Amino acid sequence: MSIEQILGLITGIIFGFLLQKGRVLRFEKQIGALLLKDMTIIKLMFSAILVGMVGILILSDAGVIKLSHKPMNLGAVIIGAILFGAGWAVMGFCPGTSIGALGEGRWHAFFAIAGMVVGAAIYAELYPFIKSTVLSWQDFGKIGIAEAVGVSHWVVAVVVAVVFGLMFRIFEKRNI
Amino acid sequence: MKLKTADGGWNPYFAGALIGLLAIASVLATTTLLGKTSYLGASTTFVRAAGLLERSVAADHVAENDYFTKEKVRIDWQFMLVAGIFIGALLSSKSDKSFKLEPVPPIWKDRFGSSIYKRAAGAFIGGIIAMIGARMADGCPSGHGLSGMMQLSMSSLVALALFFGSGMIAANLIYARRRK
Repeated sequence: MSIEQILGLITGIIFGFLLQKGRVLRFEKQIGALLLKDMTIIKLMFSAILVGMVGILILSDAGVIKLSHKPMNLGAVIIGAILFGAGWAVMGFCPGTSIGALGEGRWHAFFAIAGMVVGAAIYAELYPFIKSTVLSWQDFGKIGIAEAVGVSHWVVAVVVAVVFGLMFRIFEKRNI
Repeated sequence: MKLKTADGGWNPYFAGALIGLLAIASVLATTTLLGKTSYLGASTTFVRAAGLLERSVAADHVAENDYFTKEKVRIDWQFMLVAGIFIGALLSSKSDKSFKLEPVPPIWKDRFGSSIYKRAAGAFIGGIIAMIGARMADGCPSGHGLSGMMQLSMSSLVALALFFGSGMIAANLIYARRRK
């Protein structure tokens, strides 16, 4: 194995370990969040975003790393995300958690993984068509929220922290 | 605030904060050791897995496909990351005895019964739809939800809101009714 592969593997093992300890891998938690009955996955995800955001913005300001925004391709992001949400609700896993769920014995995740591999293959076949339609409609490029609004990214970070904090309070009050 | 949850897991805020630290460490490690910053993600790996499988039967077809060429079919950092998630989850669940062989999850069973075939069909079809969507949106709850939000990307904010918005509507349509 190359250094690249070993590094990926080690990072993945820790990632999978923490996702499992946080109990976010299983179907019940994923669908529980979508039904607003158990917000465990949101608590974990938003906490990770808050901590990671501070570190990554500092490293970016210091010039140590480069940010890598995914393109704000309007039609692709909107249609793609809506399709993803619908499929997610039926499947009960997202791509990363499906592999972890298989690891903790939820073997029906195997069918989800198989479906996603087939979905990826179908997308590869549809790519020329999607490229000439959805992807060509309106692309705002690789932009950050801060640039789009015209403020420092730390202002956006504070707003995100306040919004997430208020959501955490609601979850804890309602005990979900 | 409790450090352990009722099901023996870790407090989700705590586990989440550790994942945030892992994301920072991982960005630093890939930048310094590999010379290229890599962010946590998962869904591109499914494209590479599909490419590797297809290549074993139709190598020319994969070589000629624009999308496989664009995403490069190979066992890269993220591919091993996804493989690692399996190992990490296995180790963790075996160590605290939360490993459980489950053919059909309870919420599904309440709605569709205990047929493994129905569950397999649902997971498979849902997987196809979700992955087409994730590739079109260029990310999943890991790539957009975690990594993109940490960088405060515009596309990730829109994607994450719609993942949940669409997922909530679909989940309510699918599971809110109980099976007679």
